Amino acid sequence: MNEILLAEFSNPNKLIKAAEALTDCGYTTYEVYSPFPIHGMDDAMNLKHSKLGWIVLCGGATGLLTGFFLQTWVSLHYPLIISGKPFFSYQAFIPVTFELMVLFSAFSAVFGMFALNRLPQHYNPLFKSSYFRKVTSHGFFIGIDSNEKGYDREKLRDLFGTLDVKYIEIIEDTE
Amino acid sequence: MTISTDSTIQVKRVPLVAPGETFESVTEIVSKPMEMKLPSWWLITFCVAISGVLLLKSMLAYLIWEGIGIWGLNNPVGWGYAIVNFVFWVGIGHAGTLISAILFLFRQKWRTAINRFAEAMTIFAVICAGIFPGVHIGRQWLAYWLFPIPNSMGMWPNFKSPLLWDVFAVSTYFTVSLMFWYVGLVPDLATVRDRAKGKIRQMVYGIFSLGWRGSNRHWQNYEKAYLLLAALATPLVLSVHSIVSFDFAVSQLPGWHTTIFPPYFVAGAIFSGFAMVVTLMVLARQLFNLKALVTIGHLERMNQIILLTGMLVGYAYGMEFFMAWYSGYQYETFAFINRATGPYAWAYWIMVSCNVISPQLFWFKKCRTSIPIMFVVSIFVNIGMWFERFVITVTSLHRDFLPSSWGYYSPTWVDVCTFIGSFGLFFTLFLLFLRFLPVISIAEIKNVMPEADPHHGEDH
Repeated sequence: MNEILLAEFSNPNKLIKAAEALTDCGYTTYEVYSPFPIHGMDDAMNLKHSKLGWIVLCGGATGLLTGFFLQTWVSLHYPLIISGKPFFSYQAFIPVTFELMVLFSAFSAVFGMFALNRLPQHYNPLFKSSYFRKVTSHGFFIGIDSNEKGYDREKLRDLFGTLDVKYIEIIEDTE
Repeated sequence: MTISTDSTIQVKRVPLVAPGETFESVTEIVSKPMEMKLPSWWLITFCVAISGVLLLKSMLAYLIWEGIGIWGLNNPVGWGYAIVNFVFWVGIGHAGTLISAILFLFRQKWRTAINRFAEAMTIFAVICAGIFPGVHIGRQWLAYWLFPIPNSMGMWPNFKSPLLWDVFAVSTYFTVSLMFWYVGLVPDLATVRDRAKGKIRQMVYGIFSLGWRGSNRHWQNYEKAYLLLAALATPLVLSVHSIVSFDFAVSQLPGWHTTIFPPYFVAGAIFSGFAMVVTLMVLARQLFNLKALVTIGHLERMNQIILLTGMLVGYAYGMEFFMAWYSGYQYETFAFINRATGPYAWAYWIMVSCNVISPQLFWFKKCRTSIPIMFVVSIFVNIGMWFERFVITVTSLHRDFLPSSWGYYSPTWVDVCTFIGSFGLFFTLFLLFLRFLPVISIAEIKNVMPEADPHHGEDH
């Protein structure tokens, strides 16, 4: 059996303090849920930087090369004489090269973000909690999975008690 | 030496969200238009807009059946309403990207109240724009020739043509704007899902919100993606209207062949787009009671941008005349004197009065913050910017180098009805958006409230 301890806090200030306390106690895989991104939460949770930038860089480079070589190949393979200009007029290829670079980068930014976040993911035990629903409006939550090393329900209850927790709910995920 | 403090001055900024609102009440305000009983004004305007769509459809069907002879094009004027409407609609779209991307990069927090709205406008305007080049080609069933698609004839497009660059620019612009809009919508769709009472509503919004649950690890990648998209959309929006202007500037026609065109077109696009945002926002905040989130301060800032870009456009009009004279090139000089005094002088002076003179009212704070005045001025700017494209296209073409190739262009009823129909399409999509999607970014606007700061309420 698996369980998730869900603790609600009343505002971003208390939420970030709770996250700092958990990090200090050595917890690493707990998750913080909020209706909007909270400034400083990545540091409080001790998260590494997002890898998305590198994915987008690769996407952009692919788009740039695709655009340039597509036009070069087409212009040499299907030579059109336009105002006596050379077939390989790389100056004229810049706009389309640029557009394809942006297009491929944007695709990799969006789909890369979905992939890193493992979205779409329409099932999650948290969705079974009607209490958790307000997370997308005005609820600030911390969820700790029982797989977390050093998970102890009572110890966490005591810890959150000192952090001015608003409400604690246990979500049990049974086979 | 020690410096002692004798007095402290507290500078208080006007809050972006009206004081007294909480996170919960913001959600309520934005969700209301989607959850309330369908208002009768919505149904009435929707019926009007849908008839516009039917008008557009029938005009396009007639066009495909009969051919472009039913338009008012003639021998010197081979480009008429189709290109004018295309540039008009693409230009309107640009304000959305400016607000969502450029103002985001400049950390202009006031944008959060209007960015969703303006982005929706972008997408619908680009859809309207895309129709015109698609149908003006004459044989519409060959529209796929615009794209580099392998075909049995072994034929490929000409990559040296600005018209082909335009195909890539506009389709990239549409795709990127749509993705940017959707990424911004995901957390808000999750809000609507979590508030949904009915099963179907919960399922539909549930599917599109992708299982979003506000997890901080998700927010981290999400914010990165949003930043990168903004950084990509910024040069993109500048490139799109520059490329649109290349359609004209790369030709050798006096009146078109000028280097000022790319920045001039971009400024004009932002100008017209902001005017459209103001027109629509003034109505929407009234009808849906969004005044706590879209304050008069937001509208004032938009009017300031209208004043700025209006003067950039006015500068470009003046500079074009100066260069026509300074170049000493008689055909260029003629093209511009003909613009201001020739048979189309009426169109030219409508353009100047609407675009250069009417925004000057915004020098006065009273006018910038008056709803009726800004509404009227924004309509004037919309009209003026349509005429700008008409003036550029038609006056440059209608008197060719030889007087034997002179003519006069007037649109036919089909031209006019197609244009009116495109407004029907725009408003149909817009009304659907107002009803079914959150018109203000719920997650983003909460972030600019003082309560969102994790240090809020602490002693300094």
